[in-house]
Amino acid sequence: MTINPDLQGRSYPAAEVYDVGREKIREFARAVKATHPAHFDVDAAEALGHTDLVAPPTFAIIIAQRADAQLIEDPESGIDFSRVVHADQRFTHHRPIIAGDRLVAELHVDGVRAMGGGAMITTRSEIFALASGDSREPVTTTTSSILVRGEGQ
Amino acid sequence: MSPSFNELSAGQEIGSRTIEVTRTDLVKYAGASGDFNPIHWNEAFATSVELPGVIAHGMFTMGSAVQLVTDWAGDPAAVVDFQTRFTKPVLVADTTGTDQPGATIEVSGTIGKLDADARTARVDLTVVSAGQKVLMKAQALVQLS
Repeated sequence: MTINPDLQGRSYPAAEVYDVGREKIREFARAVKATHPAHFDVDAAEALGHTDLVAPPTFAIIIAQRADAQLIEDPESGIDFSRVVHADQRFTHHRPIIAGDRLVAELHVDGVRAMGGGAMITTRSEIFALASGDSREPVTTTTSSILVRGEGQ
Repeated sequence: MSPSFNELSAGQEIGSRTIEVTRTDLVKYAGASGDFNPIHWNEAFATSVELPGVIAHGMFTMGSAVQLVTDWAGDPAAVVDFQTRFTKPVLVADTTGTDQPGATIEVSGTIGKLDADARTARVDLTVVSAGQKVLMKAQALVQLS
């Protein structure tokens, strides 16, 4: 199996909208063993100046990995998901993700590099919140590298 | 209570914590995150793709490690940037039916760098499981007032 080198530079436009719900923030916070009240209690979040529950710093991975799935499931990519290892991850928050946000992610394939029999693929998701009219507000930029292991790696 | 920028210095420790991980935690994280890769919950599958056993999601480790910073900062929104490299997998033993964890992750944080103009503190996290650093360059940038 070979990774298609032409993936580099490819973009996948924002597809479905992700509606950030309070219960999802609470569920994700519990799953990463977070206990900060701003994830669970609206009054506590408001006391810090937020309009609703605040998502944990890595919550955007849900939206980013949905965007990545477009690439991984693209039959042209040649990626075997069972051989994918996460190599690095970064979140840059332009503002926090808040319950009630309607988010979309635009995926960019920034790098494809052969490594042994596999490949290292770097992707970037630009996550926006849908605002009034057609405007979009930048929320989070995520970058991630995945190593697709070749046979014997 | 948020830390005050002027009272911080590089090299200062912000604390430490121990995170116990079970196979159940990995199933919960899979459900919460939508990452159902079977290497995180199925032993036979994990070994069939040449892994030593079921491993934690890198994002579980990253996401749970940052709680030390979130709690120190006093507001989760203060973490404006967070990055890491995943260097070693966290192998999680099957301890189902016992009260033992399948793995233990030790997290500690120190102030790596202060930026007086931006009023940000970079917290460098050391994240260790089974005696090995599992995250490298785990850095969280905290915006302070």
